[in-house]
Amino acid sequence: MKPTESESVSGEFSFETTSSDVEVTWGERLRDFYGEFVYKPGVVAWNDRRTKIGGAILGIYVLMAIASLFYRQPTSNQAARGLRPFEVWSAPLGSTGAGEDVLAMVIHATPSMLIMIATGGVFATGVAVMIGTVAGYKGGVVDRGLTSFSDVVMSIPGLPLVMVLAVVFEPTNPALIGVLITINYWAGLARAIRSQVLTLRENSYVEASRTMGASTSRILFKDIIPNLMPYVLVNFANAARYVVFTSVGLYYLGILPTSVANWGLQLNNAYKQAGALVGTGALYQLIVPMLAIMGIALALILLSQGLDRVFNPRVRTRLAGKSESTAGEIDDETTASNEVMT
Amino acid sequence: MNYYVERTLRAIVTVWLVITLTFGMIRLLPGGPLVQLRAELSRQGYSASRINALIENYQNVQPDQPLYVQYFDYVTSLLQGDLGQSITNPNSVASIIGDALPWTMFLMITSVILIFAIAVVWGAVMAYREGSTFDMASSSASILLGSMPFYVLAIGLVVLFSYKFQVLPARYRTSPGVEAGLSIEFVVDALRHAALPIASLVITGAGLQALAMRGNSISVLGEDYVRVARLRGLSDRRISTRYVARNAILPMYTGFLTLIGFYFGGSPILEEVFTYPGIGYYLFQALENRDYPLMMGIFLVITIALVLSVYIADLTYGKIDPRIESGESSEAY
Repeated sequence: MKPTESESVSGEFSFETTSSDVEVTWGERLRDFYGEFVYKPGVVAWNDRRTKIGGAILGIYVLMAIASLFYRQPTSNQAARGLRPFEVWSAPLGSTGAGEDVLAMVIHATPSMLIMIATGGVFATGVAVMIGTVAGYKGGVVDRGLTSFSDVVMSIPGLPLVMVLAVVFEPTNPALIGVLITINYWAGLARAIRSQVLTLRENSYVEASRTMGASTSRILFKDIIPNLMPYVLVNFANAARYVVFTSVGLYYLGILPTSVANWGLQLNNAYKQAGALVGTGALYQLIVPMLAIMGIALALILLSQGLDRVFNPRVRTRLAGKSESTAGEIDDETTASNEVMT
Repeated sequence: MNYYVERTLRAIVTVWLVITLTFGMIRLLPGGPLVQLRAELSRQGYSASRINALIENYQNVQPDQPLYVQYFDYVTSLLQGDLGQSITNPNSVASIIGDALPWTMFLMITSVILIFAIAVVWGAVMAYREGSTFDMASSSASILLGSMPFYVLAIGLVVLFSYKFQVLPARYRTSPGVEAGLSIEFVVDALRHAALPIASLVITGAGLQALAMRGNSISVLGEDYVRVARLRGLSDRRISTRYVARNAILPMYTGFLTLIGFYFGGSPILEEVFTYPGIGYYLFQALENRDYPLMMGIFLVITIALVLSVYIADLTYGKIDPRIESGESSEAY
């Protein structure tokens, strides 16, 4: 919650009450939370064209994942060999040299990709929030330890590490692959979150909670983390994009086990076996998975760019119908601490 | 503690930790590389003592010694530059890396310099014309380009320029028969071979960096000191170079060096697409052949490159940005 809003929203942080729990019921608090962190950002996000388009595209992928339950599995000789796209309706996007339906291949790669994205994103942002908030809020030795740890993890190159681990462990579970890919992605994010927390920590309402004797975990979960949510969402989208790029790259190289359907495998087949490079005949086998990859990456970039506006307090308050003057104050406050005049 | 001392220590600790990690992966993982190597060698009919000697040669560990001796041996030989012997390649790991590394560095550093040159100019123009059609179109274009993984573009470029129009080579560092040296023929040939890999990194990377530059410039344009400079009647040129450009580019400086490291990490995919024998290409070969000594050696070298570039970024950032004089304040924000 922003300092200027806290007084108007509830009496929670006023100095007259020693214990706020007596006056504010859980229902009210939930409603406040919903209004402050779900509804208002939602309005802003929805007003942004980028979020709308990004969300819509992502929706298509969810539909594709659902469709994979009903659409046939890709197997060889299920259609005539080497069909071009839009030739026959039984295989609308054509078929490979082995007679596999290209559309079926694209559709059946979607669910595992979404699982990978979700677990990778949750793992990366979850660990980052835990380590970043504790380091930033606690300071001192804890901060030094956690920051040094993140720094060390951050300096290990992600892709080669993942490649080496993938070769040693040969994971097949998409959720596990998602975690593996983000095994050190969280570290940079933890550093960024820590610096956000450093500014939040100085806010008067956090100080108020501290004087009232609230526990650290309570302050972190009630005062600090909610304020970070939009930022975390932006980075969730970025981490998800990283998972898409990396996993497809690894599948394309054939480093991850080929038992799971993936667009990268399709690229590999088209590139290595169908000879999509030499003649233009098999080019569609390359273009179809390429479009699938670019579509989901585009959706995630648009979402992160759109959500970024939610994170910007000036835009957020203006669009959610707050007065300009309070919004300006908040903005000046945060930038003043960041930028020292030269 | 002094910031520089602490930072140096941290860099050393990181490298040491990664060395230990590679040792652990080789030695301690159940069914790990050594076990596989041993099985492979005994299938080929080597005696037990011969296998131990071979393993020592390949990986710098003596399997019959206690663990701490093995670890000590491993670390000391790494420090002496002995990265072991490749299983699938007749050369030592160190000589393979020595041959490949300059080419990868050439690709990565050229790409990142181009990305930043484009991003700074493009982003600044976008910020200056914020809200215009140009800004809208540019932002959309950057997002679209950023949604393309570089290897996807790389494949597209190969299809288009190497196979369809046949203007640029699709693979290798140079044409066969071209002697390395400072001849014009060699330089032109090397540049032609590097053109497509560099283009795929630059085209996909510049857009998002330009957006970052745009954001920085817009926030600097809104600062009080820029307004004050205008009121003081300073020339537009002085404001744009001394006030806006300087403060908007600075935050991108650390990004510059980390991006080199990041692309270093992405080199296996890029170099595999172009069959470009840099360290990424050899890493991929090693992974595919389960050539663990080569794999761990290249992994170490890439890590050290990344640690060094971030280390240099951190040390020089304070020198370049007057706002961050002491190390402590640069840590805070």
